[in-house]
Formats: sequence, C-alpha cells, structure tokens
Amino acid sequence: MTAVTSPHKIPDTPLCRKLLRLLAGLAFTLVLAWAWRGAEMRPLDLITYSANMAAYVSGFLTPDFSEWPQYVHQTAVTIQIAMWGTLLAVIGAVPLGLLSATNVAPFWVYQPVRRAMDACRSINEMIFAMLFISAVGLGPFAGVLALFMHTLGTLAKLFSEAVEAIDPQPVEGIRATGANKIQEIAYGIIPQVVPLWISYTLYRFESNVRSASVVGMVGAGGIGMLLWDAIRSFNYAATAAMLIILVAVVILMDLGSTCIRKRFI
Amino acid sequence: MQTQATQTAAIEVDTVSKTFGTDKALNEVSIRIAPGEMVALIGPSGSGKSTLLRHVAGLLAGDRDAGSVRIFGHQVQKNGTISPDIRKIRAEVGFIFQQFNLVGRLPLLTNVMTGMLARVGTWRSLLGWFSREEKERAMQALDCVGLAEHATQRAGTLSGGQQQRAAIARAMEQRARIILADEPIASLDPESARLVIECLAALNRNQGLTVLVSLHQVQFALQYCVRTIAMKDGCVVFDGPSQELTPTALRNIYGVRKSGVDLDGTAPLHIGVRPEPALLGAAA
Repeated sequence: MTAVTSPHKIPDTPLCRKLLRLLAGLAFTLVLAWAWRGAEMRPLDLITYSANMAAYVSGFLTPDFSEWPQYVHQTAVTIQIAMWGTLLAVIGAVPLGLLSATNVAPFWVYQPVRRAMDACRSINEMIFAMLFISAVGLGPFAGVLALFMHTLGTLAKLFSEAVEAIDPQPVEGIRATGANKIQEIAYGIIPQVVPLWISYTLYRFESNVRSASVVGMVGAGGIGMLLWDAIRSFNYAATAAMLIILVAVVILMDLGSTCIRKRFI
Repeated sequence: MQTQATQTAAIEVDTVSKTFGTDKALNEVSIRIAPGEMVALIGPSGSGKSTLLRHVAGLLAGDRDAGSVRIFGHQVQKNGTISPDIRKIRAEVGFIFQQFNLVGRLPLLTNVMTGMLARVGTWRSLLGWFSREEKERAMQALDCVGLAEHATQRAGTLSGGQQQRAAIARAMEQRARIILADEPIASLDPESARLVIECLAALNRNQGLTVLVSLHQVQFALQYCVRTIAMKDGCVVFDGPSQELTPTALRNIYGVRKSGVDLDGTAPLHIGVRPEPALLGAAA
C-alpha cells in the first residue's frame, strides 16, 4: 500500500470542539442513565421470569375462536367507530386546515386556529373518550366523538402543511382570470393537495381503527371492552383470537388503502 | 394628442413607479396602447418588463405616491391601491405566464374552463356544474389552439408549448379583450415558440384583441409586432415602430455586455441567450 499524498493538508479539528463533543456525549449518556432509573428498567427480569413468559406465550399459541361471531361483530363496530370518527374529522379538517395555512389565511386567523388544533391534538383519545362518556353516555358514539376530536387536530395540521407546500404559480394563474378567493382555493390549491390529503386520511383511518380498539376499554364501544375483559381474566386464548382478528383487519385495510392511494396519485 | 385622448385606450399606464427595497423596478413608467394593437415589450432581464405587466393586471400594486393604471377606462390601481373592482377587470385581461401556470393535475378542459370562473357563480363553480354550452366553448378554444384531442389529458403531462397554448385557450375562454403575455416563449423550443406567438398574433388579427407581449427574442418582436416598447432599468427607453429598432438602438437598450451578439440582422437575433463563459472556456 502506498500512502496517498495529497497536496492539501487535512484540516485539524480544533481542540475546543473536540472537548465540546466529549461533553455533549457525556451529557447524553447521563440523561439516558437518569431515564433508565426512572423507567425502572430491569432487563434481567425477562430471564428470571422466563417460565411465566412461556406460559403467556403458550396461552397465545392456542387461540380460542369459539366466540368468534361476537368478536367479528365487535370488530365491525370498531371499524364503524373509526369510519365516522375519521369522516367527521376530515369534514372539519378541510376548512380548518386551510384556515391554519400561512399562504391562505392572515396571521390573526391562522394563529388562533392553529392553537385550537394543537389543543385537540395534545389530548389523547382515551381522555376524550372518558369525557364524552360523561356527556353522551356509554357506547360507540362517545368513541366516535373522541376519535373525531383528536383526528381533527392531527389532520388539520397535516392538511395545512400540504397547503403550505403547494406551487403558488397555478394559483396566480387562476387569480389572473378574475376568480375570487374561494375559487382560487377550489381550482388552484385543492387539486394540488388532494393526493396528500387522501394519503393522510387513509393513514389516520388505519390508526383510528387501532385507537378505536382501545377506547372500548373505557366503555366507548368496540372490541376494546371484550379485549379488556379477556386480559383481566387471564383468558389469553380469547385475547389471542381477538388480536389475530384485529391484525388481519389492519392488514386488509392497509392493502385496500394502498389500492385507493394508487388511483389518486 | 387631443384626438388620442378622446379615444379610450386599451391600456393606460400613467407615471407608475415600483420600489422593491431600495431597487427601483419601475421608474415613472407611462405607456398608452390603443385597442387592437399588438405591442412587443423588450429589454434585458431585470429591466422591469414582468413588473410592468403585473401592475397592468393588478397583480402588483405600485408605489404609494403617484401613478395609475387604467384598462378600457376602468381603474386598475391608483396611488398604490388596487381597485376594489379588480376581479371584474382581471376577467377582461388574459394573462399568459412564462411558466404557463396551469393546474397540472387538472385535465386540460377544466384548466380552460377556469377562464370563466369570474362569470360563473361561486357555488356553481365549487360544484363543478358547467353547462353544455360552456364546455363547448372551452372545446372550441382548445380546437383553436390545436389541442382538442388532448382535452381529457392532465395539463402536467403535456409539453411546454402545448401547455402555453392551453393557457392561451384559457384566456380565450375568459373572453379577454386584452392579453398580457409575460415572456410566453422564453422556456420553449423554437418551433413551439413560433406556434405560441402565432396563436397570439392570430387572436390580435382575427378577433381584434389587444396584445402586450414581453419577449427576449428581438426577431419575434420585429416579425410580429408593429410597435415595440423597450425598457431598461425600470424606464421606457424606446417606444415606436419596430422598424426603427436599429442595431445601434438595440445596443443601447441591451448595453455593451451583449456586444458579442451579432446585431446587424444577418444572423438570428437571440438577444436573450448569452453563452455561458464557462461553456465557452470548455469549448476553446
């Protein structure tokens, strides 16, 4: 091997920068160590209690589908909750997303709208579910409202980001024909963002099916209620059966949404 | 002058100035174009051609202190304030952009029909309810620019020249009386450029539309426009018959940096296209 002789000298990293890097690395390690203690990480337990684990797994290995009509019915309710939660959120997110885009709305409009959407997004579906149960009572409708509120916040943000990334030239083209602001949005902006909006909506629908399976645990309808009962009574065979149905549904929906997405992009 | 004043000008720009930061993009520009004229607007990059056209269409407002723009006697802007009726006026003015500004994902026919948005009510346009007659008009406009067979294709899938002709069809659908074209052929190949400029010339000739077109290629100005307005550093430096654009006059407009270009008229005048120094170096 012959050493490559370069006419240029490789610049040295200054000493203070090296020190700074070392300090940053040390600080990062300390933060991780601090979090380790707080989270009570005990990886050895995985080995110590491996017998328990084996019992768990064996329970899951023999799924019990004997009550399948009920599972399928509740899974259908879960999807129905997700559908309406997502649809209502999309209906709200279209105007609110446009109003929180900096290239559509003035400062004094998009700031308050954005903050309101932040509030919707920062509260978890489970908390919304519990709040709506006390408002409209137990059942799927509370789940729909909970998903609607949370998804509204998320979709409005994603929709507005898509609007902010558009090419302004076609919009100017529409403006130059004498069109008004609403027509500019309908003919200049919406056609550009539709593929992204559809993509975001389908993704949120998928995650809403997952979320809808959880809101049932607090009594807001869907398979969550059954799942919660099965887990609490250590009925792993039934739990496994329900989880398999859920996973199958999510996979099917992913395949379906890929097809829809392809048609629109 | 008295006789000119009695006839309403198609475009009347009166001492309009525009300052971007400290840069005077327009410096007390006044022009007057009679109905039915086809006028070329030439000048080097940054001379204020685009800025002037945008002021005429009311897409930009001039400086506050002075100046006004009128189209067929209707005020577009005055003293830096755009008229509240601007949408009605814009409907009379077709604007052709260098980058076409079509909505790429919409079919060509829909793009052409956006030309009549100002005439269609908001609700009807939101629902996309266009009458059969309106669709037929749009098809006619597309046929006129030779694109009828591409009506259902998405605008973004067509070539630059086709998109620009579709943009002209949109202006026709608008029933514009004036066409402002901002370097409509600057990003097109020579053959497409010729088709586009002939489209504009035909509209001027057959339908009496007033056309103000900014161009980089001087030979097109000489060939298609009887009158030329030249700008330099935000001022109008020439306004008269295109025939009077002598090589000396052009050299004055474009400055010494274009001296490498043959201005004697024997070779095609590609004023706007300057060879890159780096490329010249590589070739040598």
